[in-house]
Amino acid sequence: MADVNEEVYVIPEIDTKGLEKEFPLSKPGFGAGGKTNEWRLLRPVINYEKCIKCLICWIDCPEATITRGKDNSVAINYDYCKGCGVCANECPTKAIEMVKED
Amino acid sequence: MAVSVMTGSRSVATAVKLAKPEVIAAYPVTPQTEIVEDIATFIKNKELNAKFIKVDSEHSAMSALIGASSAGARTFTATASQGLMYMAEVVHWAAHARLPIVMAVATRALASPWSILNDHTDFLVQHSSGWIQIMCENNQEALDTTLQAFKIAEKREVMLPVMVGLDGFILTHTSMPVDVPDPDLIDSFLGKRMAPFALDPDNPLTFGNVVDDKYFMEMRYKMFESMQNAKRVIKEVSEAYAKLTGRSYGLVECYQCDDAEHVIVTMGAASGDAKVAASMLRKEGIKAGVLRLRVIRPFPKEDIVEALANRKTVSIVERDLSAGIGNILAHEVKSALYDAGAKVFVKSFIAGLGGRDILPEDFVNAVKSAASGKKGDEWIRLNLG
Repeated sequence: MADVNEEVYVIPEIDTKGLEKEFPLSKPGFGAGGKTNEWRLLRPVINYEKCIKCLICWIDCPEATITRGKDNSVAINYDYCKGCGVCANECPTKAIEMVKED
Repeated sequence: MAVSVMTGSRSVATAVKLAKPEVIAAYPVTPQTEIVEDIATFIKNKELNAKFIKVDSEHSAMSALIGASSAGARTFTATASQGLMYMAEVVHWAAHARLPIVMAVATRALASPWSILNDHTDFLVQHSSGWIQIMCENNQEALDTTLQAFKIAEKREVMLPVMVGLDGFILTHTSMPVDVPDPDLIDSFLGKRMAPFALDPDNPLTFGNVVDDKYFMEMRYKMFESMQNAKRVIKEVSEAYAKLTGRSYGLVECYQCDDAEHVIVTMGAASGDAKVAASMLRKEGIKAGVLRLRVIRPFPKEDIVEALANRKTVSIVERDLSAGIGNILAHEVKSALYDAGAKVFVKSFIAGLGGRDILPEDFVNAVKSAASGKKGDEWIRLNLG
């Protein structure tokens, strides 16, 4: 299991000009609603020997919790993955297995 | 400036043409249809350079404008009755997102049973949506108010959408002389919309983020504060407009109020009949006046108290109904008077639902009933026989 690709988690410096105190605006970032991994019943686990770096899981993840490294290797951010299983269902080489959480 | 004879629908469409919105999205519903038909014709004839988004429903119309307005565009739509009800979810969203969208509402009764004719219930049930609401008396005011609506909505200290009400059929389909301001005057009056925030790929922001209980009340407080600011801004915008056109409007209009002992309170096109009634009553020696409610949100408590507190009677005649309590605005007027400690006798009259006529003689009878001290709400022209 690879670690999260930290380098792609860089949040750009954005100026909200203080407007976020008055209007429903915020800087894009991670986990504004708190860590959502507690919802997860099944955990997607990537078998890197089967992964062909097609990036279908990266595109299809509805919560954008799959990250893409510079070499197109993918990793799952388990802090926010809700365990929906879309990635495992869509993976053309069946490289992602949904494993029951403890 | 040039005076033309035009319908209320054409008056609103002409104002929209002068205001130069970039995006219009609308779905047809009687009696609003001609407003957007006219706008579509202006765009086709290249008299207005705007994108007209054809949509599958009123909900989609407002949703499209929420997107366009978030991107910084000046936007307009129009609807009525069932259409407004179907749009309701995103009507509230637009205000809470603080987007300066302008919408005309050609007021019409709500089904069931069907009546395509006028009453104000559709307009008034949106009074807690966060929109500024202004109700017009005639076609000239519909044109002037639509133009002012863009200016009011886009002010930094307001940043709220504005709903411009005009009586379905009674104004939308009736022609009157309307003075159309010179386009250059309106360009100098309105200018371009300056949005303090907008969708921008170079400065990405999250719009409509999750805040839960952490900031929610503060956001609503800021909205409440902006609504209070709007009372001042509406007057300022009206004064600026008056310098260009000679026409100004307050939050309320007082007609023959100076020495009036009995005041009729009403809203919209029927105010004209109320004014005729006041003159009829004066011929009989009864000192009557009319307070026309023009701005409904923000609710002009102070102006209402000033106009009504020291009268003998107040007769509120409304063409709307909240079953289980009565007229919608009557309770707000009474509450304003109670807060001010006023002792004036107030009587509420339910009238004109689903297009039922309200004539000057109805206002005359209402004032006489109130003057007799008879308590309780009354229904005008109700025929249960």
